[in-house]
Amino acid sequence: MLLPPLAGTACDETGELMTESTDSPPRYSPLHAVHVAAGATFTDFAGWQMPVRYSSDLAEHHAVRTAVGLFDLSHMAEFEVSGPEAAAFLDHALAGLLSAIELGQAKYSLLLAPEGGIIDDLVVYRTGDSDFLVVANASNHDPVAAALTERIGGFDAVLRDVSDETALIAVQGPVSRSVLEATAGFDAPGLDELRYYRAIEGTFRGERVLVARTGYTGEDGFELYVHPDLAEAVWAAVAKAGADHGIVPAGLASRDTLRLEAGMPLYGHELSLETFPVQAGLGRVPAMAKAAFVGRAAVEQGPAADAPALVGLVADGRRAARADYPIYADDTATEPIGIVTSGALSPTLGHPIAMAYVTPAFAEPGTELSVDIRGTRLAFRTTTLPFYRRKKD
Amino acid sequence: MTDQSELRYTSEHEWVLVEGTVATIGITAYAAAQLGDIVYLDLPAAGTQIAGGSVVGEIESTKSVGELFAPVDGTVVEKNAAVEDAPELVNSDPLGAGWLLKVEFTELPELLSLAEYNALIGE
Repeated sequence: MLLPPLAGTACDETGELMTESTDSPPRYSPLHAVHVAAGATFTDFAGWQMPVRYSSDLAEHHAVRTAVGLFDLSHMAEFEVSGPEAAAFLDHALAGLLSAIELGQAKYSLLLAPEGGIIDDLVVYRTGDSDFLVVANASNHDPVAAALTERIGGFDAVLRDVSDETALIAVQGPVSRSVLEATAGFDAPGLDELRYYRAIEGTFRGERVLVARTGYTGEDGFELYVHPDLAEAVWAAVAKAGADHGIVPAGLASRDTLRLEAGMPLYGHELSLETFPVQAGLGRVPAMAKAAFVGRAAVEQGPAADAPALVGLVADGRRAARADYPIYADDTATEPIGIVTSGALSPTLGHPIAMAYVTPAFAEPGTELSVDIRGTRLAFRTTTLPFYRRKKD
Repeated sequence: MTDQSELRYTSEHEWVLVEGTVATIGITAYAAAQLGDIVYLDLPAAGTQIAGGSVVGEIESTKSVGELFAPVDGTVVEKNAAVEDAPELVNSDPLGAGWLLKVEFTELPELLSLAEYNALIGE
């Protein structure tokens, strides 16, 4: 058989964005040795060598849905913003109203180009009265750094790139809280009452840890921002505490199928410089009540009326529609009306799911469409996102 | 489990077991591991004429699609229905229960030994 390049995995599909990093030496997570010892298969992700899977991406996916999985996300980019006008700066630079979030609150936001396209999607945490942490995609580290640096001019605020001094470990799954509570050396007062999209200060062996109830899996879970020197010890302690709960290390392949089931967009697939927020179903992220922010005029005007809209697609059978496959109105049509941006056989649901951009006339849920799967047309129908929603307790 | 040294290999990561004029074909453990969890197989039906070197099937994992190349010219005499129902067999037992096709071949091309194949994949 002809093996697809490992570039066929979730992770590398973003490889198209990483042209500037292809000549650079690969970067390694502070947890790299741990992953090697665990037998991980690696892939290049935005210039980083990151685990795709440890043994089975399906088993890792199911572990997160039913128990708990442990992810290394240390490749992600982090920026600290501090100063009297930190909030005002973020209100100007980003699409959301970040000045309105409380201490300890997190908010999903967008960094827009003046023309309205998306430079990156990110999560912003308020870590102090005048302190914020901005977490961006690894593949967009440079454009985010450039845009924030440019936009901070004139504000009494300081931007600091802390990507190299921040490791990120995600503990995701329905029993993730029990695992953290049992983790030796870990202390986070208020963990039991921590709400979704909130963060608190905790400690591990006396060292500072930012503990956030956030994630990219559609499950309950936590993200731990720690100093790289602490990463191996935190990973080992959480893994040990989770042993009784069925914890497994989980790679980027399972992270991609988990976020896809949860209907969460991935930059480079559902989001791009050519995508307006409203097209991606993120029309509520830009805070139009704000007087001004970069991209406001373009967002207000909106994309063309016939600009493609993001939809979910489902099908019977087991053949997945994958990124870049063209979509047609029916089996005999020759002009595509859309394109798949992400797709897989859903491990949880057992049938194919995909996210796709289609012409608005075909975006109504329940519309029957035809996807060209490597030369074979298969029936899919549009649906609302997400495909999977966890049961809240 | 089949003895690996009795098999012949292709540079496309297939193994071939020759018994008389019938070749049993599967993919190597290395290929299965590289693909990840296999979730779907598209294999040619019995009676299909296949030409060596051409694409005759597809092997899909959660994250990628691999193409199955015919290692020999011939006629498919049986496809493994069990792996179509349970694709995970290809991961769990690639050289045994995870076999893919039996082909009545006309001529056997030059194939790799285990040592040659291992050298190819760097083991």
